[in-house]
Amino acid sequence: MTATEPSRTAAPEPAAGPARGDGEKGSAFVGLSRVMLLGFVRDKGTLFFTLALPLMFLLLFGVLYKGGGSTHVKVAEVGRVQVLDDARSQAQGALDALEITTGLSEADALAKVKKGDLDGLVMQKPDGTLVLRFSQADQVKAGTVQGIVNSVVQGANQAAANVAPKYSLDAAKVEDDSTKPIQYLTPGLLAYAIAMGAVYGASFTLVTWRKSRVLRRLRLAPISAGTVVGARVLVSVLVALAQTALFLAVAQIDYFGLKLTGDWWLVLPLVVCGTLAFMSIGLVTGSLAKTEESANGMNQLIILPMSFLGGAFIPLDFAPSWLQDVSRAMPLRYLIVPAKSVLSQGGGFAEALPAMGVLLAFTAVLSAVAWRFFNWDDA
Amino acid sequence: MSEAITADGIRKRYGDVQAVDGVSLSVATGEFYGLLGPNGAGKTTTLEILEGIREADEGRVEILGLSPWPRNPKLLPRMGVQFQASAFFNKLTARETIRTFASFYGIGSRAADAMLERVGLTESANVLTSKMSGGQAQRLSIACALVHDPELVFLDEPTTGLDPQARRNLWDLLRDINAEGRTVVLTTHYLDEAEVLCDRVSVMDHGRVLKTGAPAALVREIDDTVRVRIESGLLAPDRARELLTAAGAVYSNLEDDGVTLALSTAEPGPVLSVLAEQNALRGLEVRGATLEDVFLQLTGREYRA
Repeated sequence: MTATEPSRTAAPEPAAGPARGDGEKGSAFVGLSRVMLLGFVRDKGTLFFTLALPLMFLLLFGVLYKGGGSTHVKVAEVGRVQVLDDARSQAQGALDALEITTGLSEADALAKVKKGDLDGLVMQKPDGTLVLRFSQADQVKAGTVQGIVNSVVQGANQAAANVAPKYSLDAAKVEDDSTKPIQYLTPGLLAYAIAMGAVYGASFTLVTWRKSRVLRRLRLAPISAGTVVGARVLVSVLVALAQTALFLAVAQIDYFGLKLTGDWWLVLPLVVCGTLAFMSIGLVTGSLAKTEESANGMNQLIILPMSFLGGAFIPLDFAPSWLQDVSRAMPLRYLIVPAKSVLSQGGGFAEALPAMGVLLAFTAVLSAVAWRFFNWDDA
Repeated sequence: MSEAITADGIRKRYGDVQAVDGVSLSVATGEFYGLLGPNGAGKTTTLEILEGIREADEGRVEILGLSPWPRNPKLLPRMGVQFQASAFFNKLTARETIRTFASFYGIGSRAADAMLERVGLTESANVLTSKMSGGQAQRLSIACALVHDPELVFLDEPTTGLDPQARRNLWDLLRDINAEGRTVVLTTHYLDEAEVLCDRVSVMDHGRVLKTGAPAALVREIDDTVRVRIESGLLAPDRARELLTAAGAVYSNLEDDGVTLALSTAEPGPVLSVLAEQNALRGLEVRGATLEDVFLQLTGREYRA
């Protein structure tokens, strides 16, 4: 079977010549990016864990915590309560916190207070005594409702005595009005989503490609490691930006009511830096793990504690100080805290830049670690 | 004719296992060359050293006049490599797969589609690689190795796990590839495959090359080139030896495994007349020696893939 045709040695093909076929010219970078994007889009599991699940968390927590930051107290007005009506017509500030329902009988209202549907009921006896019944179940609300009704009564008494109040109280809570739950839920859960996408994207690409020997095959193609890494970074960043857009769109609907402030766009470079940092974690687990199962285990073991300790699910503002300290070791924190600040609290470069520096330094260190453990194949 | 591959005294050790133990070989340009041997003989490691995936502990390798190690980007576009396990990207169709591989070499989609047509996969272009049959996957992986029109092609056990029909189809494809002037290096543990396809083979065992040559020449070199088999039980082995010796027949390797009584001989005539006299011809099979017999002769043991 020796070749009868003239030998090809005379004119070897030029190395990596231009497109020999017509049609669209092949580019390794574009080709690899497309492969990774298709791998992401066609994998239902990945789509669920990086997009659907974090979004479900946002919706769920958003609904659960909604109103958690307000001090609205629901009270039934049984019969006519002169003082309350007067106070309402004078638009007294204290009443803003009360949501007053009318038209209920005393028995119905009492039942609702016992069930917890209402926080209290108010009625006026013919002798002028104001009756307040409240449930002790929620102590904060019990206190609030007593305080408010009491102050209304006091005010009414003063007015009846024709005495101008000598002292007045200007009370406001320390948390400024803007820390609504959606404001910490959005950056927290978004960071969790990005961490899932980037860690898994990097680690599974390494493990599955090593297992199926695609990595070896790539090594025998005239493309540089930079092309492969660059394509992976591009795809992971695109996924992270898509997650960001989705989260911001959902958080801004009226029901959740996230309001973006000034330099909110700084969240985009923050997300890019965060993606790089999380990818470097995936590079390490993907280099160490031999199978998808073990990579999955390692990733979860890292992402879940990092998310809890980094403040993805619970706002660090209310965390004990030891947790605050621990959180400083979590790369997730350097995405969540500045993202919260620039998104809705008027933060700017001063908040974003140092965090980006930390994230990039983290990336550099972990990438070096990954390189140390990297293998083209299992053998 | 110039040499496409020369390897001189290559050795590779993994822990306690000397996988390759001083292999020297040369492959001429345009040649169809086979590395033959049972599993664990060191074929794949030898191939990987030639391809430049592994570094040899010792020895010198030159591929198309260049050194494959360390990774040589000038060499890569000139060679095509197909792996034992089909190395495909997950969640991609056949067409997407070959277009992606084409893109690594700056080859456009039209040329990629033409290669898909060439290996008869146009019909299955939109099938996910994970859903393809063994034969389809092997053809696709060969197409991916050829898409950039390489001068030198390495194929690692391309027909393993295929049914006979699919194997034959693939053989046709491989012959065509070689007929176009490409140098083809193939590893296989199928002796018949090497006999049918290869210009020259090297028989390997325990990390060494035992013998190299054209299959027909290797077969001719062995002493007793005809294997005669009859059903077991027609003639006791001892009785057979007695009768054959009495009749002056020259033979070797007479054995009875309980199913078949077999022997090798250079002169089948006297052997057959002895068997005919004894009316012991049931299940008679006479065939010329094959690489299997070469392997038997070289290693002193039956060939087991």
